[in-house]
Amino acid sequence: MNILVLIKQVPDTETHMKISGGKIDESSIKWIISPYDEIALEEAIRIREKNGGKVTVISVGPERVTASLKTAYAMGADDAIHVKTDSYHMLDSATTADALIKATADQNYEIILCGRQGIDSDNGQVPLIFATKKNIPAIIWAKKLETSETGVKVTCEGEGGDAIYQSSYPVVITVQMGMNEPRYPSLKGIMASKKKPIVTKNLSEMGIDYDKIEIVSFEMPPERPKGRVIEGASPEDKALELVKALHEEIKVI
Amino acid sequence: MSKALIIGEVKNGEISKVTLEIASRAKELDMELSAIVFGTNPETAATIGSSGVGHVFYSDTVEYNGEIIASVISEVVKKGGFDTVLLPHSWMGRDIGGRIGALLDSAVISDIVELTADGNKLVAKKPVYAGKAYAKITHKKGIRIFTVRPNVFEVVDSKVDAKTEKVEADFSKSRSKLVEFKETQGAKIGLTEAKIIVAGGRGIKGPEYFPVLQELADMLGAALGASRATVDAGWINHSHQVGQTGKTVSPLLYIAVGISGAIQHLAGMGSSKYIVAVNKDPEAPIFKVATYGIVDDLFNIVPVLKDAIKKIKG
Ligand SMILES: Cc1cc2nc3c(=O)[nH]c(=O)nc-3n(C[C@H](O)[C@H](O)[C@H](O)COP(=O)(O)OP(=O)(O)OC[C@H]3O[C@@H](n4cnc5c(N)ncnc54)[C@H](O)[C@@H]3O)c2cc1C
Ligand SMILES: Nc1ncnc2c1ncn2[C@@H]1O[C@H](COP(=O)(O)O)[C@@H](O)[C@H]1O
Repeated sequence: MNILVLIKQVPDTETHMKISGGKIDESSIKWIISPYDEIALEEAIRIREKNGGKVTVISVGPERVTASLKTAYAMGADDAIHVKTDSYHMLDSATTADALIKATADQNYEIILCGRQGIDSDNGQVPLIFATKKNIPAIIWAKKLETSETGVKVTCEGEGGDAIYQSSYPVVITVQMGMNEPRYPSLKGIMASKKKPIVTKNLSEMGIDYDKIEIVSFEMPPERPKGRVIEGASPEDKALELVKALHEEIKVI
Repeated sequence: MSKALIIGEVKNGEISKVTLEIASRAKELDMELSAIVFGTNPETAATIGSSGVGHVFYSDTVEYNGEIIASVISEVVKKGGFDTVLLPHSWMGRDIGGRIGALLDSAVISDIVELTADGNKLVAKKPVYAGKAYAKITHKKGIRIFTVRPNVFEVVDSKVDAKTEKVEADFSKSRSKLVEFKETQGAKIGLTEAKIIVAGGRGIKGPEYFPVLQELADMLGAALGASRATVDAGWINHSHQVGQTGKTVSPLLYIAVGISGAIQHLAGMGSSKYIVAVNKDPEAPIFKVATYGIVDDLFNIVPVLKDAIKKIKG
């Protein structure tokens, strides 16, 4: 089975974001593989371990994303493709999807595994654009995946419950937290990853029309008004004081 | 005038609140409004007229398939000459937004919390990097597609008589098939649209305390939320998880009980209008965002909080 895993490199959530001149200051950012994509990769490796085949990872982004592709190698990916860009923030999901499609056009994959959303933008669009433009089905928010000769059975977390879908190949699947526990790269894997080559393609040479959106500016979130500690001699006093505030000051209850 | 199509949702047999919120904001921006709703009858579809939508397309087939629905919507957009498409940033909105964007060769700006007009442009604001920054984004070309976070816009009454028009959706063509649906037990009120949320964290010590919080939630007509620590421990189903890897919520009031307020949790609820924190550690980061904080043992506070609510509510 040929599996493609779409990997987005994102700032670690713990990173303190700085904005200067309406732009994100990238200098102090620690970059990681988006956590959902790690889960997607883990799932892909498990399917290969069971059924054989090949796991290819691909990432669109500037030079720095090669570090994430190396990590993917160290976890157990077989091949890695880097679609190199000059800037990262100006890319919209449609451009990213177009680049992913063009860079993998000469290959056939039975399953394309992706994250539910990148934890930087929380969009969750690239996989659906990818699937729609390639005219293949997409199933989102998978938490369990079973493969067979003819297709997949996927348990997803939908609104208000779990849905079980069946699909033939090829299929795009986005994964949810809790599907598996991604492995840590082994020391042997890390050593081996250093020697593995990454196929590089340049976005600028792909003839993609990218200019659908414009990021006007970045700004800090609005300050939250200063809060108040509810004082009281006993839990009863505090509880009453709080309920009064909710009732009288903000009129919520 | 801008012509907008709103993708509506039906919940419990009614047009969902977020659908009306989106329509209300679009109306304020002076757009000519139509909507499309799947899985409902013309009478229910027409009730979107209460927020100024004059024309409603509907399909009475209850089946759901993102691929099919997205293609129906794209056809409606093309035929109707719409320049703007607005969807809720719900599960459905996430399932079809990107697909519609691909079919219309247009960009989707997702999870927006503000929408303003700047000349002919529409400028949206959306949180990025787990809410640590906001990006202002606008379309440069194509159809302007947005998914809108629930609970950020007010529902405004501007009733018109909505005309309804039936559309056909042929689900037999779908390649991925829904074979089973298991409803989650106990999820009485949807988290993302709830006005009030009562959420529990590791401080509650075990699964047996969630029913106690559920009682508090019931008294307030609130939904039940949870931190990831409690979900990972298996105390509650993941569908209750609030945060970066769970649900993003913007309720009027968020009551965090025994939750420390890690950045990943704040990412999911930091835009709540008011936040109450109950935590015995005065240094807990949740207090940095709390409107009201109670520093005390939650096991002492929650029971008397219920009594106090009973007293005030009478
Ligand atoms: C990639 C990634 C994604 C994540 N996504 C999410 C997410 O979506 N949602 C999420 O919530 N977390 C997420 N996390 C985890 C997050 O970092 C925290 O670990 C988690 O939120 C902690 O949950 P908690 O506040 O319940 O537990 P703790 O941090 O252990 O806090 C428990 C709190 O309860 C208080 N307490 C204890 N006993 C009492 C008592 N008797 N009375 C009053 N207070 C008491 C303590 O003082 C403490 O502040 C993510 C982490 C990572 C790395
Ligand atoms: N630049 C990228 N390179 C490779 N895959 C991506 C990229 N951006 C997004 N993806 C994939 O699409 C998923 C959803 O991302 P997003 O649509 O950006 O929220 C991610 O989890 C990845 O699997």
